[in-house]
Amino acid sequence: MSLSIDAHLALGGLRLDMQFTLEEGEVVALLGPNGAGKTTLLRAIAGLLPLASGRVVLDGSVLEDAASGAYVPTEERSIGFVFQDYLLFPHMSVVDNVAFGVRSRAAALEWLERMGLARYASARPAALSGGERQRVALARALAPGPRVLLLDEPLAALDVSTRAEVRRDLKAHLSAFRGVRLLVTHDPLEAVTLADRLIVMEEGKEVQSGTPVEVAERPRSRYVADLVGVNLLRGLADHGAVRVGSVSVAAAGANSGEVFAVVHPRAVALHRARPEGSPRNVWQGRTGGIELLGDRARVRIEGDVPMVAEVTPAALAELGLVEGSPVWLSFKATDVAVYPA
Amino acid sequence: MRREKAPLWIGLLAALGAAFFIIPLIGLVVRTPWGIAARSLTSADTLEALKLSLIASLSSTALALVLGVPLAWVYARVDFPGRSVVRALTTLPMVLPPVVGGIALLLAFGRRGLLGSWLAMVGVSLPFTTAGVVLAETFVAMPFLVLTVEAGLRSMDRRYEDAARTLGARRWTVFTRVTLPLIAPSILAGSVLCWARALGEFGATITFAGNFPGVTQTMPLAVYLLLETNPEGSFVLSLILLVVSLLVLVGLRDRWLGLGAA
Repeated sequence: MSLSIDAHLALGGLRLDMQFTLEEGEVVALLGPNGAGKTTLLRAIAGLLPLASGRVVLDGSVLEDAASGAYVPTEERSIGFVFQDYLLFPHMSVVDNVAFGVRSRAAALEWLERMGLARYASARPAALSGGERQRVALARALAPGPRVLLLDEPLAALDVSTRAEVRRDLKAHLSAFRGVRLLVTHDPLEAVTLADRLIVMEEGKEVQSGTPVEVAERPRSRYVADLVGVNLLRGLADHGAVRVGSVSVAAAGANSGEVFAVVHPRAVALHRARPEGSPRNVWQGRTGGIELLGDRARVRIEGDVPMVAEVTPAALAELGLVEGSPVWLSFKATDVAVYPA
Repeated sequence: MRREKAPLWIGLLAALGAAFFIIPLIGLVVRTPWGIAARSLTSADTLEALKLSLIASLSSTALALVLGVPLAWVYARVDFPGRSVVRALTTLPMVLPPVVGGIALLLAFGRRGLLGSWLAMVGVSLPFTTAGVVLAETFVAMPFLVLTVEAGLRSMDRRYEDAARTLGARRWTVFTRVTLPLIAPSILAGSVLCWARALGEFGATITFAGNFPGVTQTMPLAVYLLLETNPEGSFVLSLILLVVSLLVLVGLRDRWLGLGAA
């Protein structure tokens, strides 16, 4: 089973242009900042928003084709949808919510049983905790036996303490589902733990896609680099160096063309005076924000090429850095990973 | 809530405002000749007028529900050319003097009216019948229901309807099983407003349906006519209307306010 999507539409200030195919065996996460158009895309796939152009094809049968005007209404698409705030019908009991789509109380009770929620069958959704509501929403979406499962920020409405447990349950239910699975999230942890493949989306466009490892190793936008926590530079490669603005960064493996260069903050060393010795990349900047992360301190260095360095708190104390103080940074050419832009 | 002491002038004007409503009600209670009240209460004429009032006002509320909820839905959901004009026209009875409404109804449904002449050919005559009373009351009262329900439809979270559709529900199922229950508080509030307006309706009723005891003479008409011939009897009828209204207000207040706050 596969779902191929070629969606183009404009909504408010957003222009959405996305094209990709989902296969049955994989769980795919759409990862992106708020306002990237992730929810809009899910709604378009479900037929709740019309496409301006493009098509949605499920297993060879056309669900929507803007060119021909073909349109299968939402209620006939066989798409299960878990909404961000779950949207359980407040006027129905939990079992009636689950039975709404499958049209059988017996089947609904079976689903509640499977989710460990049988004791809440006759309760109103308002009486349930966030995690329980999430499972009811999942049961409601799965009960009619859809061929596609769409989940919009399935854990965002939960508080942090319950999120880990619900995420584990969700992962189990996702792997038990036979069909196309697509979830939307702005939380990288959620994306990495639940999905086999990530599609990173910004401002309605795909920025990059691949397995979580691929995306983490080769970020292609500042958003992804920030998620992964690395320094991302973009410039022109020229035989062992990358020109970033006015700065030439020595980088092993840089040949030619437009490239990305990634430097891990741990590879960046800080000094009070100009360091002697081997590192090829040395320049002076100003200390920006300092952030403590467990046993590491992340120091932002302002300058022509802003960088983040990660040092131990002891080193930080020894350097005597405060915001605004001048500082030298250095990193080796071999610590720069270069790949084509 | 923070307790506040009213400044003198605001307090005085507020007291005056409250007295303006309370004193006439006290007058009604004090001046009612209780001796004949019991007799009036059970007199055939009174019971007939009361029965007619209740039947007509409840029928017109039912009619308003059947026609008004779909109308409100169309106003809230369907964008058609001239919507604002049609909407204004159907809201007009709220501000129109009811007598004018009654005359307009006569010109439409009267024996020589636009539709009335056609209706007469199939043997249907609305003016001066109980059905005419229902029509007149609906004409004046339905806009209250339409506006309340429309506001409810506009403020509801439509994504519940989306959720129902992803679960395979067709539009009618979505409407009856999701939309209507979610706007139930608005429908209830609109029905109460509509019913109260219909119960008190006078001008359109007397103009279009006339004043025939047992057929078109509702309580407000009976009260007004008794005032000329038998003032004390009209006091008693007024008191009955007051008690009926009060009972409804008190009975619905908690549920209504409770739902409004939810």
